[in-house]
Formats: sequence, structure tokens, C-alpha cells
Amino acid sequence: MNGSGPFDLVARVGAWAIDAVRRIGAATLFMLRVLFASGTSIARPALTVREVYFAGALSLVIIMVSGLFVGMVLGLQGYDTLQTYGSEEKLGVLVALSLVRELGPVVAALLFASRAGSAITAEIGLMKATDQIVAMEMMAVDPVARVVAPRFWGAVLSMPLLAALFSALGIFGAYVVGVRLLGVDDGAFWSQMQAAVDFRQDILNGVVKSIVFGIGIAAVATFEGFDAPPTAEGVSRATTRTVVHSSLLVLALDLVLTGFMMQMWGD
Amino acid sequence: MTDAPLVAIRNCNFGYTPARRILHDVDLVVPRGKVVALMGGSGCGKTTLLRLIGGQARAQTGSVEVAGENMGTLDADGLYRMRRRMGMLFQGGALFTDMTVFENIAFQMREHTDLPEDAIRDLVLLKLHAVGLRGAANLMPSELSGGMARRVALARAVALDPMLVMYDEPFAGLDPISLGVIGQLIRRSNDALGATSIVVTHDVQESLKIVDYVYLMADGRIVAEGTAEEMRESDVPMVRQFVQGEVDGPVGFHYPAPDYRADLGLAADA
Repeated sequence: MNGSGPFDLVARVGAWAIDAVRRIGAATLFMLRVLFASGTSIARPALTVREVYFAGALSLVIIMVSGLFVGMVLGLQGYDTLQTYGSEEKLGVLVALSLVRELGPVVAALLFASRAGSAITAEIGLMKATDQIVAMEMMAVDPVARVVAPRFWGAVLSMPLLAALFSALGIFGAYVVGVRLLGVDDGAFWSQMQAAVDFRQDILNGVVKSIVFGIGIAAVATFEGFDAPPTAEGVSRATTRTVVHSSLLVLALDLVLTGFMMQMWGD
Repeated sequence: MTDAPLVAIRNCNFGYTPARRILHDVDLVVPRGKVVALMGGSGCGKTTLLRLIGGQARAQTGSVEVAGENMGTLDADGLYRMRRRMGMLFQGGALFTDMTVFENIAFQMREHTDLPEDAIRDLVLLKLHAVGLRGAANLMPSELSGGMARRVALARAVALDPMLVMYDEPFAGLDPISLGVIGQLIRRSNDALGATSIVVTHDVQESLKIVDYVYLMADGRIVAEGTAEEMRESDVPMVRQFVQGEVDGPVGFHYPAPDYRADLGLAADA
């Protein structure tokens, strides 16, 4: 029946809600499985190191180039606004706080979800579609321990390192634009930055954020890959879901974490 | 060595959903040391039966016993213990695409044994030599032809000298030369290892050359059984249609449909 009455709408919303709850439950159980199966990743660190290379090292170019450009744009925009108030020497503070607290972890996480998260989902999904996962089970090897857990921890470890690099390159980009091109005083740029940026409130909070984002992206990417229907369309949809869901998750987590951290530090 | 069959399936019923039953009262035994074929058209339940034997699915009623162990009642550890003594060749090969041919064969040895790397190297080369692909040890799966990939998958299936090897459509999509090679390798490796083999296939002519016994399935039931010779000479219509490859017979050419003339709107003129 192709109904379009209010009851059909309620039924569709209900079905969507039930499916969403079911998937959240399945994802939670899956993550518990990954955690319990993480012993292999600890006992054989080479497996995780390999995934740090694939998820982290291969994302370096996009993260570094993006960080540089974002920093340069921040330098331009910040200078334009600050010089109105004669405060252009505060450019270093503006750029550093923006990057270390927010833009570094968030933009790096969004790029990481697109570059590495989608790759993790596609790889696991294709392994499933081509019977490699079942073959591993038939060889009495747990695919969650051997395939999923190393990729999960590889992504979690990569994320804070990439976010730190993003922020560092961003600050360098702002330095090039602000100091070298627009003439902001070199000493003021660095000294004001050093005076204003607090290790615990700013740098540590940024690191905590990037670790939490890494866990979120890795969880979504591995679950979507493992849960993907074993067809070309299924893997394609799962890959898209990974990018969309992990990006939204990063933004939602950022809001929650920022509120929590401001409360915690009395900012 | 015991005379009890290695695989014994009794009164087995199975369906992925309650509404759609795949297997109906299947009774089947696979004697030790034999190569047994499960034949039948696409969708008749052959691969499902392999999944039950490998413990990937559990029978709803009846029992599936391998080496005296009921696969339907084993926990995860028990299943993994049994699977270490089984090998399986998948329809598409299912080679690990991020590993070389050598690493694919070595995978189980590294996971399940404490053998030194030198010993693993020798064993892998031994297995690859047996399938004629020692020279391809360093190739990636994407660099192999279909026939070569199937031979690598076969070498991987017997890597740990299993007691039971299951082949899921080993002849599908192969050229005539590769067909013969794979068939002979299945027979030779079974006899050399003293293993027991189950070959799921719908390639009648190739499999009848190498198997000791055949079960013919249709619609989730065993409809005939016998030696290769008995199957070739059988007068049973279903067996004859399958072995001779006849278009029509007990397995109809047409999918059930309403009356043809009525469907074309010609019923009134009839």
C-alpha cells in the first residue's frame, strides 16, 4: 500500500527510530567486541603500527596542506580585523587559540573522517563482500581482533598527531602571512602567543578533543565497514554514512566537550 | 583409524528465516578419506550445507556432526578448535588482497603455530610447489589470473594439513585447462594428505572424474546419491537431466507463471 496519510508518516518515523536505536545498540555491542578483542593489537604492535601508517602517514599531505592554508586565511582575516583596533600584534594569540582550541582538532578530524575513515570502511566492507572476513573466521582467526581492532587503534593513535601537525602548520601559515607579508612585529607575534596560550586550558584540551574525535571516527568507520551489506551498493552506502555520521559526530562532540571544558576550567 | 564417517548429517532442517526453509530433512554421510561431491542447481542449498558443516550456521532441527562433534552445539572456542582442523576454498578464492601469495599461505601457520620463520618459508614453498605456483610467491592476488588465484586458494585451504577440506564451487568460471588442473589437485591433495573432501559444484563432468561419491540436491533435499558411475548410468529423470544437462525435465525451464495466453490478453480468443 502506497499510503500517504498521517498514520503512514507516523509508521515511517517509528520504523526509522526503531532502526536507529537498533543500529546504535549494534554499534555499542560491536565496540565492546573490539575492546575485548584488542589484546592482539597490544601483543602484536606491528599490526597497529601498519594501520597508523595507512590511516595517519598517508593523511599527512592533506592535513599539512590544509593546516597551512587555514592558518594563512586566519592570518589574513585576523590582521584585517585587528588592525582596525590597532591590535595587529595580537594576531599570534588569535591564530594560536583558534587553532589549538578548535580549528586544529575539528578541521583535522573532518579531513581525517573523509580521508582515512572512508578508507577504513571501504576496506573492511570490501573484505566482507569478497568473503575475506568469512575466510578468516573459517581459519579460526577472529576478524575483529585481526582486522578491526588494529585499524581502530591505528586511527585513534593517528588523530591527535595529525591535529597537532595541523595546528603547527596553521600557526606557521599565519606567521608567513602576518609577519612576513603584512609586517606584524615578529617578537610581538610569538611572545604574545606564548603568554596567552595555556598548556592545560588550551593545548591539553585540544589534545583531549582530538583523541575523543579519533575514537568517534574510528568507531563509526569500523562499525560501518563491518556492518555493510556485502554488495557494491552496500559498501558504497556504508562509506558515505561513515563520512556523514562521523563528521556530524565530531561537531556534536565538539560542542559537548567545549561546554564541559569551559565549565571545568571556569573559562 | 575409526570407520565412523567424518561428517554425518542427520535429519537436518535449516532456513535463514522461518518463512523460507532452505534444507529439508537432509541425511548425508561423508566417509573418511573420500572425495564427496554435493551437486545440484544454483540455489538448491549446497553452499548452505557447507556453512552448517563449517559451523557458520546452525541447523534448526537434526544434527551436523564432524569427527563426532555436534557443530550446532559448540561454543565459539569449540568452533575455532574444530575449524583449525578444516580447510575451505571459497567460490571467489577469498584471498587476502593486502597480502602476497606467500603471506596468504603463511597466514594460518603464523596465526596458529609457533613455527620459526625458516620452517614456515619451507612449508609455504612446498604447498605452492604442489600447485605449481612456487614462482608466484611474491605476486599480489590482483596480479593472478582466475585459475592461478583458485590454485593459491587451494594451497591455502590445505596449508595446515586439515582433516576436512571443503571446496565451494572450485570449478566456477575456469577455462578447460584450469578446470582439469584444479580437479586433479583436489584429488591428489586429498589422497596425499589423507584428508576428506567435500566438493560443492554444479560442474558435472569435471567433478565426476575425481569424486568417490555424489549427492544430488534439489530444492534443499537430497534427491539422489551414488558413485560417479552410478550417476552417469542412472535412469532417474532428475539425475539424467542434471548429468546430461537437459533443458527441460523435473527441473522446469519456466519459472512458475500464470497462463501464457492469458498473460498476453489472448484468453478470450482461445
